[in-house]
Amino acid sequence: MREEIIISGRMNPNIDPYLHIWHWQIPMYLFLGGLAAGILFLSSYYIVTGKEGKYPTASYVSTLIVPFLLVLGLGFLFLDLKHKLYFWRLYTTIRLESPMSWGAWILMLITPLSFLLAAINLKKVRPGWKWKYPLLEILDQFFEKYRKAIAWILVIAAPILGIYTGILFSAFNARPLWNTSILGPLFLVSGLSTGAAVNILFTKQHAEKLAYSRIDLILIGIELFLITHMFMGFKASTQVQIESANLFLGGPFTASFWVLVVMLGLVIPAFLEILELRKFKIPSLVPAGLVLIGGLILRFILTDAGQMSRWLY
Amino acid sequence: MRYAMAIDTLKCVGCSDCVVACQTENNVPIGYCRDWVVEVMDGTYPQLELELRSERCNQCGNAPCVRCCPTGASHFSDGGIVLVTQDKCIGCGACIQSCPYDARYSHPEGYVDKCTFCVQRVKVGESPACVDACPTKCMYFGDLDDPGSPVSKVLKTRKFKTLIPEAGTKPYLYFLI
Repeated sequence: MREEIIISGRMNPNIDPYLHIWHWQIPMYLFLGGLAAGILFLSSYYIVTGKEGKYPTASYVSTLIVPFLLVLGLGFLFLDLKHKLYFWRLYTTIRLESPMSWGAWILMLITPLSFLLAAINLKKVRPGWKWKYPLLEILDQFFEKYRKAIAWILVIAAPILGIYTGILFSAFNARPLWNTSILGPLFLVSGLSTGAAVNILFTKQHAEKLAYSRIDLILIGIELFLITHMFMGFKASTQVQIESANLFLGGPFTASFWVLVVMLGLVIPAFLEILELRKFKIPSLVPAGLVLIGGLILRFILTDAGQMSRWLY
Repeated sequence: MRYAMAIDTLKCVGCSDCVVACQTENNVPIGYCRDWVVEVMDGTYPQLELELRSERCNQCGNAPCVRCCPTGASHFSDGGIVLVTQDKCIGCGACIQSCPYDARYSHPEGYVDKCTFCVQRVKVGESPACVDACPTKCMYFGDLDDPGSPVSKVLKTRKFKTLIPEAGTKPYLYFLI
């Protein structure tokens, strides 16, 4: 029998035996970034197309949580940095070849806009709302006029944020599992789907809820399609990618991925949403909650599994 | 100028003197290493072949770590040596993810650290510490643009390979076979 035994004398912490330099903070950040991108895209899309009256939850209500999501996500990103006091260095340069740099700058654009959108949407959600300081009232009235302009920027910037969360991974050819261009669209669609799930949770009108469920159902379908294609691509690729796919096809992530992400996070909520569209009564917390938890676990699993996949030499 | 290193896998005995020399020269924190020895046993019994490789950063010509660095801390220095500017590094870990050789690590002080080809020695005309310490003299260092340098000379006469060239990194660490 042919033998191949490789013994490495290297034992650097967090590098060996398996790379584990990105812990829980990164998937949390990617989940929150994707969710924020999803909510912002749906909201700005409805505002741009003039459908905000028909879909007030997606257009106004859900946007109120986006600043918190982004600040929390940025907090997790900050926690991940090992040389924290130098974080401001991100904003002293623009590096077009670095996805991390793109992410830092796109967040620099989106975070203030999300605060602005949430602020001018507040009166739409709570009509009697009064700002404590007259200056804020003036600013609110000023920016209120530019809601559509803000939405126009966000309708472009939000998908960039969503797709960046995947490109952050896919740009690393050193990690064969991540090195697939499907990851960008997959994380974008997953982010949109979690955004739709938040709208399902927040809405109080049945007709609106059905509309969001229909959107979510389509997005889940696209996600399943992308996941299938991702594995087809891996299996038809080089040995390193075949082996990284095998992490999910018999390897250590098989059960968690197919049960928690695909079944509980995609197939079952899709089934429940179909039942709902067929006039069955389904408590919205169940499909929406499953989609959100599934989206979170997807990112956790891909973060860990990607770091385990490697070149062989 | 293009610095490179050639390592003779037939002369290397795997003693790890290069590792200790590096740790001493560069004050590498305890438990970490910038270079390391890999033993590869390959073949069908009883025809087994052992390859010993002293590995380190490949000082790639197309370095993914430089490309993905969001702050420009990872950069090309004179002679193509890839260096990390400590007070520009935010410790995001992107470069560690991007290296197919896993040659980088997170220094306990927060910034990312790696082999520098002992740039402090090379600047004053000396060889890296690992090269000088090697008891079998199996490492060759120098400027590839200088046909008289030890590395240029040995690469002219010997067969060599690089590690995972298919990763597109254009490595400048040559293994003589």
